[in-house]
Amino acid sequence: MEVTFRIKRYNPELPGKDKPYWQEFTLKDVVATDRVLELLHRIKWEQDGTLTMRRSCSHGICGSDAMRINGINALACKLLIRDVGEKVQVEPILGLPVLKDLVVDMEPFFEHYRAVMPYMVNNTPVPADGRERLQNQTDKDQITETTNCILCACCTTSCPSFWANGKYVGPAAIVQAHRFIFDTRDQTSPTRLQALSDPNGVWRCRTIYNCTPACPRGIQVTKAIGEVKLAIRKNSTQNVVKVSEIKEH
Amino acid sequence: MHIHKHEVIIVGAGGAGLMAALYASQGGADVAVISKLYPTRSHTGAALGGIGAALGNMEEDKPLWHAYDTVKGGDYLADQDAAKVLAEEAVAAVVELEHMGLPYDRNENGRISQRRFGGHTSNFGEKPVRRACHSADRTGHMILQTLYQQCIKNNARFFDEFHVIDLIVNNGVACGVVAVQLSTGDMHIFHGKAIFFATGGWGRVWQITSNAHSLTGDGAAICFRRGVPMQDMEFYQFHPTGLYGLGVLLTEGIRGEGGVLINGKGERFMEKYAPKIKDLASRDVVSRSIYMELRAGNGINGKNYVYLDIRPETVNRFLAEAGETRRIDTSTVIKALAETLDLCRTYAGVDPLTQPMPIQPTAHYAMGGIPTNIDTEVILDENKTVMRGLYAAGECACVSAHGANRLGTNSLVDLVVFGRRGGMVMANYVKGVDWTPLPDKPTAEIEAEFNRIRNSKGKLKTAELRNKMQQVMMDKVGVFRKGSEITEAVEDVKALTQEYMTNITIDDRGFKFNTDLLEAWELGNLLELAHVTAVSAVARTESRGAHSREDFPNRDDDQWMVHTLAKRCTDDLYPAEVPAMELNHKKAVDTSLADLDPRFLPKERTY
Repeated sequence: MEVTFRIKRYNPELPGKDKPYWQEFTLKDVVATDRVLELLHRIKWEQDGTLTMRRSCSHGICGSDAMRINGINALACKLLIRDVGEKVQVEPILGLPVLKDLVVDMEPFFEHYRAVMPYMVNNTPVPADGRERLQNQTDKDQITETTNCILCACCTTSCPSFWANGKYVGPAAIVQAHRFIFDTRDQTSPTRLQALSDPNGVWRCRTIYNCTPACPRGIQVTKAIGEVKLAIRKNSTQNVVKVSEIKEH
Repeated sequence: MHIHKHEVIIVGAGGAGLMAALYASQGGADVAVISKLYPTRSHTGAALGGIGAALGNMEEDKPLWHAYDTVKGGDYLADQDAAKVLAEEAVAAVVELEHMGLPYDRNENGRISQRRFGGHTSNFGEKPVRRACHSADRTGHMILQTLYQQCIKNNARFFDEFHVIDLIVNNGVACGVVAVQLSTGDMHIFHGKAIFFATGGWGRVWQITSNAHSLTGDGAAICFRRGVPMQDMEFYQFHPTGLYGLGVLLTEGIRGEGGVLINGKGERFMEKYAPKIKDLASRDVVSRSIYMELRAGNGINGKNYVYLDIRPETVNRFLAEAGETRRIDTSTVIKALAETLDLCRTYAGVDPLTQPMPIQPTAHYAMGGIPTNIDTEVILDENKTVMRGLYAAGECACVSAHGANRLGTNSLVDLVVFGRRGGMVMANYVKGVDWTPLPDKPTAEIEAEFNRIRNSKGKLKTAELRNKMQQVMMDKVGVFRKGSEITEAVEDVKALTQEYMTNITIDDRGFKFNTDLLEAWELGNLLELAHVTAVSAVARTESRGAHSREDFPNRDDDQWMVHTLAKRCTDDLYPAEVPAMELNHKKAVDTSLADLDPRFLPKERTY
């Protein structure tokens, strides 16, 4: 089949192309199972080598190629032509400064990530036998979903609250915090919850729900944010807040 | 010119690089990590099934058994001192990762859960053992995230999206690297006392590969141009279970959970090739078995693939036949293999719970690379002469714990064990040495090459050349090899390299985020490594591990218990003619374990 791509371009170095503009490309011999990323590569490799995007693994695990495809955030390598149809519009993810074509400045995104202390702290001595700390599988399962996050920014850059206010830590950072707040081995919950109850923390979330369908890892992002909100409301001074103790509402 | 000065310069931010960064900074060194990708994009994150360590959480296990499996899996080309370190230090490294927060799956006692994996056995090959520690089938992802988190906690200094393009050497001592900052195109010099390469593999040499687009062997090629030999390049692993047509990896953990390989006749064909451990034989054996089936016309519907079947009814039927009491159900599969289900559903439209998965072998892992000793110091010859200031670990390095074929899970083990060791060794080293001054004009050669590419006005797009190289290597230097065909491949790759040097063109002449130019430069690295791979493969007239010669079908221990060292016969980094290669087969395999225990002596390899 023939597929038409409409791509938002921007090249700060080239006069005439240093303001955002749209460009169309047509590709022949496309099959339904071709990935959008493969076709962007075909454009770059066969038609216009200046087309610029990030990519690496090409199968949905590295998180490099988040883009807005037909108006919805996705990883270009995880969308097939049969999912998007024969007219494909591709633009950079929103809310972060565009550097060139589909490449945005990820630094503000990672700054928010770093702000929620995205690392485990456990100052008790490790077991005397030199072995692992114990954790039961049920407790581990509480964080299975949020530990799947690949920091692709699909969720954060689909969030209208983030578009409106770039200081909002955003869904991805909260998902990362969730992974530690609900890890029974972590001891920093109170500090981390404090950081997240900041005016630019979780309360900027208005449960608009764009983030959840945007997640290429199937994480229930809005639900995770809700659990963090409830954990803050419980104002727990314990390091353990079990998801199962939080009632659905 | 921007000049940065840090005691330890780490190139690459996957498992080995981050592990080295953590341990070097904990040892008091001032560390900078340079990566062409954001660290969390590294391909360590794509590793699925598990990390092997003889924790013995599920059943009795010993590091010595792990070392034995590693040596045997490597078809006795593994250096036994390295295999010993790998197996022994794996235990501490896996536990330390848990202490850092890695969310392992747990057994009923709350300890790290372990499962079976290809080639891992108890008591010197007696029966499969549960040794692979896992977090569903996302183990690599969890390792990468956990290490990155800890680096942030420790305020490690990162230079993200800085692409290292040359190594700086002064009087034989490594003292820095040159990197280009992607966002500006500016060149930066990083002056260091210890330079650690952890840049991963070069799967993009082949057409069907599990490897990321970014795996272009930059680190290995850079060192090679600067006079470091490449060791054992003929040994490249094809993983048996790549998703048909795409090469995306489906984990060996599927077979660890009980999955079986089925040919077009509906037979579980691995029973023929590895009667004892069947589908869990080592990867080279399984990949060859699949090719044998395809050649015999036993592909599915006459095509070039077979099935991998994890449907509970199939698995349970074979478990019952084998007299095992264990059974699996849908929920086991959903939990243990979530990533696999997602990959198959997304890319093949196949639901593994109800349909078998179409698979073919896929280029996966370089056993060869930058030669090092067990302290990750880069070595230059058969006498293990150390190149001062230069270190390497992970897939780009060849220590060689994996010999002629790497066992599943051992890549992750290699990353954490030798990354950790390297970090500690460098922290000590930098305390005791002075700064080696930078030489004059350290960026001259690489700048000239970048200018050549940026201004190239030839006829061939680099993607076209890359495709040709990948096709040649797939057809002639793949799972089965013939002397005549590999010789052709050498000539083909040389011709393509000549074209690359004289007749390419790119579209993007700019500086900011010029991925067109960088892809072209990366192709130069791939061609360099394809060339040395083919040259090394022609010379080894035996079959061992992943190097399988149809014209020399047997292993030849009398002649070939030696590593290959390949050197480039020119000091010119970017010469006008394709450089000749010189091979040396004098570096003997370390057999220190066999000296103590005859079970480590080479013998026929059966599974």
